[in-house]
Amino acid sequence: MSAGTFTLDGRAIPFEEGQTILDAAAAAGVDIPHLCHLPGLAPHGSCKLCTVSIGGRLGAACTNRAAAGMTVESETAELNAHRLTLVQMLFVEGNHFCPSCEKSGACRLQETARRLGMTTPHFTHFFPARDLDASHPDVVLERNRCILCELCVRASRDVDGKNVFAIGGRGIRARLIVNSASGRLADTALSANDRAVEVCPTGAILRKRVGFAVPIGRRPYDRHDIALSLPTRRGEGAGGG
Amino acid sequence: MGKLKVATCSLAGCFGCHMSLLDIDEKLFDLLELVELDRSPLTDIKHCGPCEIGLVEGGVCNAENVHVLKEFRSNCRTLVAVGACAITGGIPAMRNNIDLWDCFQEVYHYGIGLEGGQIPNDRELPLPFDKVRPLNEVVRIDHFLPGCPPSAEAIWKFLTDLAAGREPRLDYEMLHYD
Amino acid sequence: MPPEPADSAMACDLPAIARRWGNDPANLVQILRNVQESCGVVPSETLDQLARLVGVARVRLEATASFYSFFHADSHGAYEVLFSDNIIDRHAGKAELMQYLCERLWVEPGKVSEDGLVYVDETSDIGLADLAPAMLVNGLAVPSLDKARIDLLAELIRSRKPLAHWPAMLFEVPDNVRRAGPLLGEPFEPGAALASMLSIGAEETLARIEASGLRGRGGAGYPTAAKWASCRKAVGDAHCVVCNADEGEPGTFKDRVLLASHADLVIEGMTVCARVIGARRGLIYLRGEYRNLLPALGRTLERRRAAGLLGTDILGARGFDFDIAIHLGAGAYICGEESALIESLEGKPGKPRNRPPFPDRCGYRGQPTVVNNVETFACAARIAERGAARFAGMGTPQSTGTKLISVSGDCARPGVYEVPFGVTVREVLAECGAKHAHAVQVSGPSGTCVSFQEFERRIAFEDLASAGAFMVFSRERDMFEVARNFTHFFAHESCGFCTPCRVGTSLLRNIMDKLAAGKGSPYDMQEMKRIMCVLRDMAHCGLGHTAANPVVQTMQKFPEAYERRLKKLEFEPAFDLDDALETARLITGRDDEWAHLAAD
Ligand SMILES: Cc1cc2nc3c(=O)[nH]c(=O)nc-3n(C[C@H](O)[C@H](O)[C@H](O)COP(=O)(O)O)c2cc1C
Ligand code: SF4
Ligand code: SF4
Ligand code: SF4
Ligand code: FES
Repeated sequence: MSAGTFTLDGRAIPFEEGQTILDAAAAAGVDIPHLCHLPGLAPHGSCKLCTVSIGGRLGAACTNRAAAGMTVESETAELNAHRLTLVQMLFVEGNHFCPSCEKSGACRLQETARRLGMTTPHFTHFFPARDLDASHPDVVLERNRCILCELCVRASRDVDGKNVFAIGGRGIRARLIVNSASGRLADTALSANDRAVEVCPTGAILRKRVGFAVPIGRRPYDRHDIALSLPTRRGEGAGGG
Repeated sequence: MGKLKVATCSLAGCFGCHMSLLDIDEKLFDLLELVELDRSPLTDIKHCGPCEIGLVEGGVCNAENVHVLKEFRSNCRTLVAVGACAITGGIPAMRNNIDLWDCFQEVYHYGIGLEGGQIPNDRELPLPFDKVRPLNEVVRIDHFLPGCPPSAEAIWKFLTDLAAGREPRLDYEMLHYD
Repeated sequence: MPPEPADSAMACDLPAIARRWGNDPANLVQILRNVQESCGVVPSETLDQLARLVGVARVRLEATASFYSFFHADSHGAYEVLFSDNIIDRHAGKAELMQYLCERLWVEPGKVSEDGLVYVDETSDIGLADLAPAMLVNGLAVPSLDKARIDLLAELIRSRKPLAHWPAMLFEVPDNVRRAGPLLGEPFEPGAALASMLSIGAEETLARIEASGLRGRGGAGYPTAAKWASCRKAVGDAHCVVCNADEGEPGTFKDRVLLASHADLVIEGMTVCARVIGARRGLIYLRGEYRNLLPALGRTLERRRAAGLLGTDILGARGFDFDIAIHLGAGAYICGEESALIESLEGKPGKPRNRPPFPDRCGYRGQPTVVNNVETFACAARIAERGAARFAGMGTPQSTGTKLISVSGDCARPGVYEVPFGVTVREVLAECGAKHAHAVQVSGPSGTCVSFQEFERRIAFEDLASAGAFMVFSRERDMFEVARNFTHFFAHESCGFCTPCRVGTSLLRNIMDKLAAGKGSPYDMQEMKRIMCVLRDMAHCGLGHTAANPVVQTMQKFPEAYERRLKKLEFEPAFDLDDALETARLITGRDDEWAHLAAD
């Protein structure tokens, strides 16, 4: 049941009671750039990619609820410039070497950057020292590519009921930690079929042995614009492992 | 109007970007109508003269790279970072979190067939940096042409844009980081 | 006697510590704090046991333990010495004293001495800017450092004297109240405000607060009556009153003085609030740096319970039940932000929540909660006690009453000044004896940098909103270094939740360091402006929104401080080229001309 409509970049978008701006827009086939949100998981609001102007005030589309008569702007030059800056920050914060990444072509970070026309990460790279954890028989955790979106944290906690992941540390030293005294993924309760394994937007959590099952060049974003691939996002894991 | 002078070089890269340039195939002839190559692995000219465009492949991994890059910067009106390594450090930068000492040990002491090998201290050898860096962390870069390597079409589009005095733009399909 | 040190009876007895906090995961920060204090570390092995004791996943504990600066898994020796690192401490000679102490103790900053005895490092501002330079020793404040005090400290540490036997004068922290007004200067009889409230009723008391025009003293200036009224109306079964005593803004220390010498006023304000909103539970979130205030605060609570001013049927009023627990922070500035504070009270990393809902509807444990600053509660108690008229008659129409200003830096009389709102910067400068002031940082790093050309501006919500910090910088101070210190502060304190602040504050810090090293270019200035815009527009909370302010404002008001540092070139490498060859030079033993890269 629609609770009313709001305008997004001049277009009327119907929404249901309690629905966020981002979800309502997605349901209407309009994509607002986002990285830390997936339908079905609790809204989080940390990547800030989905920031929109809501009646002149800036706010995250994934955490702000739609209200009747709202005027929302998303595709403005200024917001997209800010979004580009955010994506560039994410690239230099981690160690992203797309040419050697199994997720390339099926990665939301990469695709969002392409969509925003990024040609360079621009900022000075941090080249942080981060661990790769290949201890688990079926899943590899490559922290160099983690953007701290907490999708896996939420999926493991709220869907899988396992609390395998959390963010430890503070500020630029924040990092993904796992639920074991050894610090190794193998010693957690994670299993390859967990929702937490599917939801990673980047190549930080990958299923082993399926990395190149879908060859580069035939991956989701090789074929579609990210907006078009929205409804099939659940199957995204298949492309990039 | 004379031809545009273009110089190219490969620093810490794999020459893949240069190969991709050659992949322009028959359009190469069109291109050579437009441009004249100065310093480049394709011409074997050793030093760069004043140029309109400099295309640099690869990141900066050692002192010599810096000398070459600075030579390009001071001679080329427009300097383009070509390919993932030039733009992010790329595959060579994957050594950035391996201690340099460990790298040397592996290469000169423990590598297969290197028993008792010594770390060379020849001044002719370029001295490596502790980390491999993208070009824009060393000099000002005017344009970035991503891809590993950028496709021949992307290079063609980029160069023709530049030759025509346009702001080079890759549309969505041509923009890749891998 | 110095304040009681760690409760040694609990020494590392995890079950006892957990039990003391009800084995409640919501009390995790307190549990970890007790573990840290009694064991000297929060060892990684204890996390499993604690996780079982409180019934949460280990990973959640680890997230909390690794978030706060004052928890650490590696031992910091028998004595942990942390120098306060506000710019005011620096100007007062902190760096030299720290180096001197390190030399005397044979330690390197940030590393435990070889004999495991002592650890010396720095920490964000500890709320003693009027007594700078200052430090924490095993969590307890030692102010007014000079060479003589450092000598004494070094001696005490080297002779391994237990902290309990250190000379008490080392830990004495004077209030330094330089000017008292109706808030600080008049006697207060504990219970007076409560009696007055009970005689007129809660509704009428709320009306008084509203008529007084009281606005929050924590910085934002939200009308207190509106917050209380909204919380009073909110549906819930366990309303809660929270006193924000995190006072983390560098240069602010007036809450310290209120808590040290006017705790009754503050607690009574909380109790008034409890009656108004219908809360039975109160919490004081005391910053970890104010650990020294804990014993006395605890005694004040006890005394008030005994006097019938806390507990059940307060002052004989049937059903007026309210009590207060104190939670200590553990070294995280962001926990002063009210929703992060609530997260911390609930045992989690202090990361600001998504709002709405605001705490007045959904706060501590999801219940309607009022969060107010220490000073706000003290004002509320006075208003409840004496009526609104006098308060409303002071200050300006939009900013009524008086404000406690924490004055520090280059002046003759640093300390707390109770001034009516509307006072000009110049007037405060004259009063504190600042003869050569060139700039004043009002309300701390997240506030406003006021240059000598703007000294007629007024401290009031309609001009210079302020939580109270007033840091004075004289002509010889380098405003670039001031901004750089603040930039380091924000990078250190960013909670890391949102992209712009997590990455942007560190990028800013690195660029400021690059400029400081004489390697900046106009390009770097552009970069900082770009980062600033994204912080302002996209950050999740106030920390990020204001984190670039010091740079932006000093750039604008003291451009020469930057220009001096810029190389003439338009671009300078992001890193020092020659330094980056050093490792390879060491490995190869080369030092020839090709093994170096000269700057252009
Ligand atoms: C980063 C940050 C730090 C803050 N620190 C404090 C603080 O230490 N003390 C405080 O009272 N308010 C602080 N605040 C403001 C609180 O969020 C909140 O507005 C205040 O406690 C409300 O009380 P008041 O209305 O009495 O001012 C901070 C806000 C931010 C964004
Ligand atoms: S995670 Fe995405 S952005 Fe990062 S290296 Fe892999 S494909 Fe590239
Ligand atoms: S591992 Fe993936 S899903 Fe988890 S926080 Fe990192 S980027 Fe997000
Ligand atoms: S702005 Fe900074 S402190 Fe605030 S939520 Fe974001 S990262 Fe945390
Ligand atoms: S998707 Fe909204 S903040 Fe990340």
